[in-house]
Amino acid sequence: MIEKTVAELSAAMTSGDISSVELTQSYLDRIHKANDSLNAFITVCDDTALEQARVADKSRAQGNQNPLLGIPLAHKDIFCTSGIKTTCGSKMLENFISPYNATVVDKFNQAGVVTLGKTNMDEFAMGSSNETSFFGPVRNPWDLEKVPGGSSGGSAAAVAADLCAMATGTDTGGSIRQPAAFCGVTGFKPSYGRISRWGMIAFASSLDQAGPICKSAEDAALMMNVMAGIDPKDSTSADREVEDYTSTLSDSVKGLRIGIPKQHFAEGLSADVEKSIREALREYEAAGAILKEIDLPNSHLSVPAYYVVAPAEASANLSRFDGVRYGHRCDNPLDLEDMYKRSRSEGFGDEVKRRILIGTYALSAGFYDAYYRKAQKIRRLIKNDFDEAFKEVDVIAGPTSPHTAFSIGAKTDPVTMYLEDIYTIAVNLAGLPGISIPAGFSNDLPIGLHIIGPDFGESKVLNAAHQFQLFTDWHKAKPAAKGGI
Amino acid sequence: MEWETVIGLEVHVTLATKSKLFSGSAVAFGAEPNTQANIFDVALPGTLPVFNEEALRMAVKFGLAIGAEIGKRSVFDRKNYFYPDLPKGYQVTQLDFPTVGKGSLTVTLDDGSERTIGVTRAHIEENAGKSLHEDFSGMSGIDLNRAGEPLLEIVSEPEIYTAKEAVAYLKKLHTIVLYLGISDAIMAQGSMRCDVNVSLRPKGSDTLGTRTEMKNINSFKFVEKAIYSEFERQKDILEDGGSITQETRRYDADRDETSSMRSKEVANDYRYFPEPDLLPIVIDDDYIEKVRATLPELPDAKRARFCDQFGLSEYDAGVLTSTREMAEYFESVATKTGDAKVAANWVSGDLQALLNKSNLNITDSPIQAERLTDLISRIKDKTISGKIAKTVFEAMADDSSSVDEIIESKGLKQVTDSGEIEKLVDDVITNNPDQVQQFKDGKEQVIGFLVGQAMQLSKGKANPGQVNQILRDKMK
Repeated sequence: MIEKTVAELSAAMTSGDISSVELTQSYLDRIHKANDSLNAFITVCDDTALEQARVADKSRAQGNQNPLLGIPLAHKDIFCTSGIKTTCGSKMLENFISPYNATVVDKFNQAGVVTLGKTNMDEFAMGSSNETSFFGPVRNPWDLEKVPGGSSGGSAAAVAADLCAMATGTDTGGSIRQPAAFCGVTGFKPSYGRISRWGMIAFASSLDQAGPICKSAEDAALMMNVMAGIDPKDSTSADREVEDYTSTLSDSVKGLRIGIPKQHFAEGLSADVEKSIREALREYEAAGAILKEIDLPNSHLSVPAYYVVAPAEASANLSRFDGVRYGHRCDNPLDLEDMYKRSRSEGFGDEVKRRILIGTYALSAGFYDAYYRKAQKIRRLIKNDFDEAFKEVDVIAGPTSPHTAFSIGAKTDPVTMYLEDIYTIAVNLAGLPGISIPAGFSNDLPIGLHIIGPDFGESKVLNAAHQFQLFTDWHKAKPAAKGGI
Repeated sequence: MEWETVIGLEVHVTLATKSKLFSGSAVAFGAEPNTQANIFDVALPGTLPVFNEEALRMAVKFGLAIGAEIGKRSVFDRKNYFYPDLPKGYQVTQLDFPTVGKGSLTVTLDDGSERTIGVTRAHIEENAGKSLHEDFSGMSGIDLNRAGEPLLEIVSEPEIYTAKEAVAYLKKLHTIVLYLGISDAIMAQGSMRCDVNVSLRPKGSDTLGTRTEMKNINSFKFVEKAIYSEFERQKDILEDGGSITQETRRYDADRDETSSMRSKEVANDYRYFPEPDLLPIVIDDDYIEKVRATLPELPDAKRARFCDQFGLSEYDAGVLTSTREMAEYFESVATKTGDAKVAANWVSGDLQALLNKSNLNITDSPIQAERLTDLISRIKDKTISGKIAKTVFEAMADDSSSVDEIIESKGLKQVTDSGEIEKLVDDVITNNPDQVQQFKDGKEQVIGFLVGQAMQLSKGKANPGQVNQILRDKMK
């Protein structure tokens, strides 16, 4: 049962085939069996999860028909959860218990979901392999020697290996989509502002966006129905009507105009990935979609611009971790400066420090125009590229990542790591919705198809992804290593 | 060489909103430490700011009051620095796009002359918390009640040339802010604070000298003294052929001197950048006009009207409009008694003296406008004399009874019964035969003495005019 989609589990609970308590216990058992190998969870909430499941079963018996009622979920450990540790993958917050819930957490609680625990992640969401976590790397369920991608690697691995039915993630430059691709699951980053950021520990405020990681586009739509919406506590959340994202899933792709950016099929893309993606596009074509090559001329600027904007914002966002009010404080500080220096030196890992330094540098007097201001200009150029493209196409499709999951410890050079997100980053800079769905394998490792929509084109993206999952089975494939974990 | 002082003022006023600039915490003064700090104020991870639009309304109100350009699109920026009382590690302020742009203030100097002083800008920003360095045995305490309070920082052009002008500017600013009701502006409580920039240049020069900044001076008097003191210090250095170091200095009021706060002046790099958690504030003409419609009559306009409508002197009108409350008090009394001159004398004279003596604001005056109106009415209808009125006024300060009750209970009603006055006059004539004779011999001024005697006998209650007349009649 634990391998099923949310939609299937919901039906099974409605028909009485299984209770939420039974289902929750199955997932907990699975976590306790597999987490030692995967390291996908930082915190597991056995007692409260079962209690929530009991409440959900009762509520269902009383007629509650919420499709997510009693579905066991895992939260990325970046979402503040009242009473449950929220570490953000960092020693800085190793023992931090938030006194409040993120809006996303509240919304899932109100929908009656069961929270199984908190998933591992790159420290402060800074990483593309989950290797920067203070709690150790997450392992890819398809091959335990490979990374699961990052930063939402714990959530993607947990969904792939059936440690939960669904999970939350966050995506600043590809942190939902790339791990979804590496782990063979569905991961959706909505438009900037679609989901409240309240209670989501900030990495880069103008880029961060929460989203679902799950087993199908349909499940993503179900989760989006809960997660989306304006929040008075987040001034950047969008004041736009929330659609029922499931209502347009079954629309035909006949006549759907799919843009194929030539820059996403250029040098650096592995042959296997290209082959699978081209294959996937042919499936669309066979279903009546129209493929059209498009130009995103400023694509090559997206990674450099991102690595100015995101670290700049991060350098300020992470200033609050100063050892004064909460979080790690060094022992026996000599004075204030010593306390700042040692608390932060001890509390943050290398990648976080690197990005704080980059960001601090980029904002420094004399460099601001050359870096930050210029990066913001590039951001507008990139957005314009997409705006132009969407005059001619309905969605844009290509590979999520240039290759499949790489080996743990293989990428030691930060710049090589930063290039991991070459196809996903522009989508964050432009604030657009994007999804990664399974579309094939290379050497038994999953390949992700990336579908990008226009501003607040969530429904279009989910519809295109769902249709693909109707005529392919890639999303149903289960990790070969599963038996071993 | 003759030197000219060039002064620029940066004034912070705490906006009198009910809650903080970006959170719902209360902002009452004097609360127990950290009782007005919520999860956002202590900068817990994941919390986000929500702009308090009341602060915008107040800032726009101020901008309109000084005839400033109003920013149709204001942008918040992060100013980054580490300090324990700055929980987020950055202060949210407005750098390039403030809500209030260029405006000006007209001040009246002691000699009655007027000067218009430019205001460069006024921007909205959040306050920091407070570090407490005592009572923690070697450690420091942090109180975040103040953290996130809304401030309006009002920056003047460097075109104030004397300490007196600086004080006049500050007082005018203070008056306007109070008129608008956008701040308590109590310097002693820090809800109005002043940073003073001072530089010197040879008289006649039009280039600016190197300036020093004195931060957080908390009274008008100290601003004036600090400027004098800094003038002397800079003058001595310059005349000795030295040069001024650009630095922040502290003014020590006890020693009346300034001292360097940061001996090794490190240029702070605040790494400003637009606050990504907040959208730019965009307002339109409609919004501005709606705020304009809520503007009260401002001090300059009120003063002109008082001169015009009530025939007051510039000086009296200035005194009576120095606060909105006093102006309203005066206007009420003047209108109801129909005698603006008398009302002005009472309000700026006896009432002001009473308030000064008991250190009260006019709003807390034991004698409110209605009772002063009654008192003046009793003089006009001759129930009491002007002199007795002073006695009644004094009694009113401690007795909340009505004017009539006080006059009655103290038996202060003026005697106008001519029979009674005749008796008094007869006594006076009998007891002062010499003076009566002198009067009869043509020494006219003796009448004053005799009237005085009669008044004394009546304990001040006799109508002096009547006494005078009857005396003259009887001595014919």
